[in-house]
Formats: sequence, C-alpha cells, structure tokens
Amino acid sequence: MEGITTNYNTKETLIRLFGENRPEELPAMARLREQAMEAFVQNGFPHTKLEKWRNTDLSRSLNHAFIFPLEPASDGTEPEDIFRCDVPGFNTHMVSLLNGRVIDQGNTLPQAAEGVIVCSMAEAFEKYKDLIERHYAKYAGFGDNAMIALNTAFARDGVFIFIPDNVEVSRIVQTVNLIHSTEPVFVQPRNLVIMGRNSSLRLVMCDDSVDNNVGFINSVSEFVLAENARLDHYKLQNKNDHSALINNSAFHLEAGANLSTSAISLNGGLIRNETRVLLNGRSSHADVLGAYLMDRHQHIDNQVFIDHAVSDCTSNELFKGILDDSASGVFNGHILVRKDAQRTNAYQNNKNILISDKAVIDTKPFLEIYADDVKCSHGATVGQLDAEAMFYLRSRGISASNARMLLMYAFVAEIVNRISIPELRERIDDLVKKRLRGELSVCDQCVLHCNSREQKIAFDIDMSKI
Amino acid sequence: MENDPNNILDEVTSGEYKYGFYTDIEMETAPKGLSEDTIRFISAKKNEPEWLLEFRLNAYRKWLSMTEPTWAHLHHPPINYQDIIYYAAPKKKKELASLDEVDPELIETFNKLGISLEEQKRLSGVAVDAVIDSVSVKTTFSETLEKQGIIFCSFSEAVQKVPELVKQYLGTVVPSDDNYFAALNSAVFSDGSFCYIPKGVRCPIELSTYFRINAANTGQFERTLIIGDEGSYVSYMEGCTAPMRDENQLHAAIVEIIALKDAEVKYSTVQNWYPGNKKGEGGIYNFVTKRGICKGNNSKISWTQVETGSAITWKYPSVVLMGDNTVGEFYSVAVTNNYQQADTGTKMIHLGRNTKSTIISKGISAGQSNNSYRGLVKMTKRALNSRNFSQCDSLLLGDKCGAHTFPYIKTENQSSIVEHEATTSKISDDQLFYCNQRGISTESAIGLIVNGYAREVLKQLPMEFAVEAQKLLAISLEGSVG
Repeated sequence: MEGITTNYNTKETLIRLFGENRPEELPAMARLREQAMEAFVQNGFPHTKLEKWRNTDLSRSLNHAFIFPLEPASDGTEPEDIFRCDVPGFNTHMVSLLNGRVIDQGNTLPQAAEGVIVCSMAEAFEKYKDLIERHYAKYAGFGDNAMIALNTAFARDGVFIFIPDNVEVSRIVQTVNLIHSTEPVFVQPRNLVIMGRNSSLRLVMCDDSVDNNVGFINSVSEFVLAENARLDHYKLQNKNDHSALINNSAFHLEAGANLSTSAISLNGGLIRNETRVLLNGRSSHADVLGAYLMDRHQHIDNQVFIDHAVSDCTSNELFKGILDDSASGVFNGHILVRKDAQRTNAYQNNKNILISDKAVIDTKPFLEIYADDVKCSHGATVGQLDAEAMFYLRSRGISASNARMLLMYAFVAEIVNRISIPELRERIDDLVKKRLRGELSVCDQCVLHCNSREQKIAFDIDMSKI
Repeated sequence: MENDPNNILDEVTSGEYKYGFYTDIEMETAPKGLSEDTIRFISAKKNEPEWLLEFRLNAYRKWLSMTEPTWAHLHHPPINYQDIIYYAAPKKKKELASLDEVDPELIETFNKLGISLEEQKRLSGVAVDAVIDSVSVKTTFSETLEKQGIIFCSFSEAVQKVPELVKQYLGTVVPSDDNYFAALNSAVFSDGSFCYIPKGVRCPIELSTYFRINAANTGQFERTLIIGDEGSYVSYMEGCTAPMRDENQLHAAIVEIIALKDAEVKYSTVQNWYPGNKKGEGGIYNFVTKRGICKGNNSKISWTQVETGSAITWKYPSVVLMGDNTVGEFYSVAVTNNYQQADTGTKMIHLGRNTKSTIISKGISAGQSNNSYRGLVKMTKRALNSRNFSQCDSLLLGDKCGAHTFPYIKTENQSSIVEHEATTSKISDDQLFYCNQRGISTESAIGLIVNGYAREVLKQLPMEFAVEAQKLLAISLEGSVG
C-alpha cells in the first residue's frame, strides 16, 4: 500500500500511542476504537494517488515532530487570555476548546431545564451512555475514510449537544476551537449534535489559530436531525499558514428536516472540508454553501457528498471562491440520486475567480443518478473579474485596486448575504472586506486581537460616484 | 393500449439489433493468445520494417507491466487476453483493380448494412476504404485523390509506400505507453487507415472508412493516422457495425490526428456495434483511444460522435491545443439501452494562447443501462486568454437506468474562462402532453423529442452521416417505431 512517508513517521507514532493509551471505557467503545485503528493502519494517511485526494497533498503538513495531547492541558490557560471572539454584539453560548479539549467555563445554557445538553464529549461519554451508544460513530463511517478512522480511534473530547423534541434553542451556540502550543501539535476533536423532532438550533463553529505555530487538526462532527428539525450551521475558518485543518462533517436528515450549512474559509495553510449529507427522510432539504478567499500558498479543498436516498428531497449547493498568489483550490461535489429517490431536485454550483497566474483551481462537479424523475443540474465556472464591470467602475473614477476589491466583494456577497444571523453576517462581511484589503492576515499574525473596532469597515470608495 | 406510457417505453426501448449477421469468408488467422511470437507473426505477415516490429515489441513489454484501468464507471467480467485471436485477414486471392472483383459476399454484407460501395461511389462521391476484419479490401477513389497528392490508403499500405511519414508521426499523439489499451493496440494493431493531406490542399470529398468486426473471437485493433499538413482541410468519417455474436469481443483502437499550421481536420464517427442482447449477454467491448493534436498555430480539430452500440464503450476523443489560436471541438450523442454501459467524454488540454474549445455532450439512457460523461478541461499556465464552454446533458428514459457526469476542470492561469454546465432530466410530461394534444402519438413524440434533444450534435455530422445517425437513434430507442 502506498502512503505518505514523513521524516517523523507519524503513522508509527500514532500506532504506538494507540497501544499505550487505552482509556477506561465500555467494551463496545473499545471495540469501535480497535476497528477504527485497524482501518487506519490498513489505509494509512491519504495520499495523492487516491482519486479523492489527488489534488490535496498532506505530506508537507504531516512532516513535523508532532505532539499528541490526549489528556487535558493542565497549564491553566484561560481561553479569554489568548482569544476573544471579536463579533461585536454577538451574544452566544460559547464552548471553547483548547488543543482539542473542552475548557470547562462552568456556564450552562438557560434552556438546560428543558433538557438541552451542551457539554464536552468527555462528559457525555460518562454521563449519557445511552445517547452515545445510539448515535456515536453511526453517521461518519470510517470504512472508506482514513481520517475519520483515525479520529474515531483517538477521539477523547469535543462538543456534545443534545436537544430534546420540540425545543427551539433561542441562544446561538458557538464553539471555538483554538490551537495554542509551542510545539507542533496534532489534535482530533470529535463533536456530536443530536436534534429531536421539531427542534431547532443555530450553531457557529469557529476554527482559529492564536499563534503562528504548526498545528494539525483532524476534526469529525456528526449531526443527526430527527423529523422536522432545523439546523443553521456555520463554520468560520481563520487559521495561520502553518496549520492544516481536516474537517469531516456528516449530517443525517430525517423526514422534513432542514439543514443549512456554510463554510467560510478566510485563511489557513491547508483546509479540507468534507461534508456528507444523507437525506434519509422524505421532504428533507439541505443547503450546502461555501466561500473561500485564499492567497499566498494556502490550499482549500471542499468535498461535498449529498446522498438522496429517498424521494421528494431537495438540495442546493453553492461554493464560491477567490484565489490569489500561489493559492490552490479544489472543489469536488458529488450528488448521488438513488434508484427510488424520485422527484429529487438537486442543484450544484461552483464559481471561481483566479486573480493571479500562479493560482490553480481543480473543480469536479459530479452527478451520479439512478432515478429518472429528477431535476439535477450542476455548473462550474472559472474566470476573472468581469471586464465590463471593471470598465464601468474605472470610468467613474474608482481606482483599479478599489474596483477589483468591490467586484470581489460582490462576488462573495452572494454567500455572505445568506447568513441568517444578522450579527454574524455583519461580522463575516467585515472579515471579508478586511480579508480583501489584505489586512486580516496581518492581524492573524498578532496575538493581541485588539478588538477595538467599533465602526464598521468600509471600502475607501466614494459611492456617490457610482 | 397505445397511449400507456409504460408500454410505449418498453416498445421504444426494445428494438432489436438489425445488423446482426455473419459473413462467411475464408479467413487466415493467427493462433489464439498474445506473446512476442504473435506480434512477430503479425509483423511478418504484413511484411513490416524492423523499426515497426521494435515499436510493437516495446509497446508489448510496456503493456505487460501495466494493469487494466478500473476507474471508469463500468462493470464487466475480466477479459482474458490469451483467449483472443489477434490477427484475422480475409485470404487474398489477387490484387483487385475494380469493384467487380470484390468478393460478392462482401458486397452483399455492405448491401445489408445499407452502404453498398456502388451506391456510395455513384451517388455520394465518397471514397470508402472498407476495412473488414483488419485488412483493407478495397480503396475507391484513390485515383482522384492521388491527383491532389492526398494519400488515403490502408495503414499497412502506407507502411510500405510512405514509411518515412508513418515513422515520423506514429505514436507522437498517443504514445505506446499512454494507457493499457493503447499499449495493447500499439503491440498488436492489425490495420487501419492512413491519410495525409498535403500543404494547402482542401480534400474535395469526404473520406470515409467502414469498420466491421466479423470473425468470432477476433479482437479488432485498428490504427488510424491522419495528418493534415499546413493549410489543409479534410473531413473524415468512420462508421461501424458488427454482426451479432454471443461472446464478448474486444476492440481497442487508436486514432491519431495531427493538424499542422492552419490545418483543419473534422472527424465524425457513427458507432453501432453489437450492444449485446436484451439480457445483457454478448456485445462488443470498445476501448478506444482517440486523440488529436493541433500542432501548428490556427489549426482546428473537431470530433463528432454518435455512439449507439457496444456493450461497453470506453472512449475519450481528445484534443491537445498546442499551437496558439487553435480550436478543439467535441460533439457527442451517446445512447445506451438494455444493459449497455458507456463511459465517454473528452479531454481538452489547452497549451497555446487564445485557444478555444467547445464540448457538447448529450447522453440518453434507457433500460438498465448506465451512461457516463467523463471529461477534462485543463488550462495550463501558458494558455493565456483561452476559453472553454462545456455542456453535458443527460436524458433518462425509464427508472432503472443511470446517468452520471464526471467533469474535471483544472485552471492554472487567471485570464482563461471555463464554463461547465450540465443537466439531468427525463422527457417532461409537458412536452409529451403538448405533442399528444396536437395528435402526435406518444411514441412518435418521444422520437421527436429525442431527435430534437440530439439535434445540436447531429447537425455537426456530414450530410451522408446525419441520415444514418438519425436512423440509428431511431433503431436504438424507438424499436418498432423507427
């Protein structure tokens, strides 16, 4: 079996670590870990000879002398000391993870009385064994995915959310996944979100770097939405250039469930979002959106698999990205319409703008259809900024660089405008503007996160001219 | 129940293969199996020069080290490459000077196919290089062509007559180790067509070749080489029908096209090999490597294909756009029915500046079949200001068939524009209702809609072919209606 070889033999280290660190737990869990480890040992880290990984090379990201924090950090770092969420007016129930372990901040959600649980996975493994047994590792299969297998073998902590039937969680839940270490660190958070019938939740998951050190995150999240549940899910990714982030999300939707998930990738050395959506009940609907703005040598990879298993479901996929400098992007959309999934409507679209001759994009919008009464379409475009629009702005006295920025902003706005949480939309809007002005990456190097902005960010454009 | 849609779909999709017959001609064959000896046998039979034998043996050695590709969306039992006869030729009695001397049985075969040589010669002015089981039997109109300096002959004849041209270009577009089936073909290719259009010549007639797979258990390994010299133009047509045989037959052909500066080559195919019976037994395995290179500036290569036959089709006519301002086109209609499987598409590799490519692919699946479009559009760093437009639509007739799309797009510069769009749908009830309402029966309506759906591609075909292609669409889908 071909694989990735690094100077540090990460795979061997992981195998050794697995043998040495067996947590005390239920035999079923131990068996699951063993099976997962077996799958990982067999397949190893994914390499570019695999069809799904041909454009994303992990070998450089893995070539570090990693430490693997399996036990909670004990240095007493408070997340407030190193990071402050800088969405103004964003009142959320925040759960912070530091190097893959939840930091207990002692706060509980007001709706805990109604049976809503938001806690760490470590706690859930202990306290909610029946829920874990029923749902854990049931949606993110690791048979064909070595990264999920590895995560399943090592998973210790993450965020656990349970919402009982008919409960609408009013407060936005936000998870912040921070990496803070002086040595290269390899973490594997594991999240599970269980939503009862007619429940609803808004969830924002942020991945941030607080320093400029090397980090490798192999995260797996499972979401199960019972009948008519509604989930608004946002991933906000702003990592340093030395980090690698592999993000596997598996969504399981029952009848009438409604999912909207957006991945906003602003910075990151290597980001791979693998999203699997199983539409398992009639009339379920999924919106899968993404925006990415990459420059320097950053790499973004979005893999979306939407499985229309039953009839009358709809899905809508839209990914837009701008690549500058030597950035590279990958989009791989796969819609599967199974034999009996009649009356399916599925749309898939990927639009890209390259603004440098060194940037590369690989896109593969892929349809696999076995039912006849369907409406499926996909589109992909790669191009540059519209010359006519440029000319219009230039003719009104707007400088070339400002005009470019305005057009890029408008291009991404289609995704940003669909964020349904106003504060978050405003914040991401600001971040995008900042990102386009090249300021965000400067800030990203700074640990202070001064957070002094009160006024909104605007382009330096006299709008009256337009 | 004329208007019961289920009945009609059944009828529409259950047409029998009309060209299943077998011509009894005395054959000369190589022993079964593949080894260096087989290759030496073929080479010796064809009286080939040493370098060509070397070319074959090299390819064979590379083939031995390769494995059959499994990435395509195709399922078939493993092919036993030792159970195939790699060379079969009708025994030649003497050199033929006129059409009358051609074996009457062969003439009869062509008549059944509806392309009698006389008809073609008299009416349409098409020069046909008829290939039956690997050896060219008759070339017509070569005298007319000779006057213009056009060389249009069988591949083996070209090896004898213009070895320097063959040596210069053979394997330059499809290297012998390009892929598993190309290597196999390079090792054992038996015959095919060769065409050279000299500088500044516009070929006055449509060149055409007819392939047939005849003897049982004979793999057919055609090799076609077309060279359009500077400023030339040629339209080349290839059509295939094969008789009904029960065992699967292997076909692995190579077509190479070279277009030099300002040249234009148009290549049209109608493929209607035996697709297997309704249970999915038998049928041709068709693994073809077709590639053209726009070598000089301002050259153009256009592929048009109508694929209705074969149990398995694995075929990606591609264009390498090497010169500046070059143009590549791909128009395809692929119809699969019963248990047929097609994995077909194209590759457009943009290397030169201001290059343009267009891809129009129409897939129609019926019965239990699977129809895939697989394509690559690659804009390299150097290919500034290049443009691609791709459209691949799929039409599903019946709820047991599959339609898949695998487009790969890779862009490495900022000034190129790539657009891809695809839709999958069934024939809409609205359209059927509209036709019914105007007194058109459902079966005619389906025929009408399918033909309209494929129109964009069919209109690219040369006139002589367009008629046949429409008939084939009808036969493939409309059964008794056609």
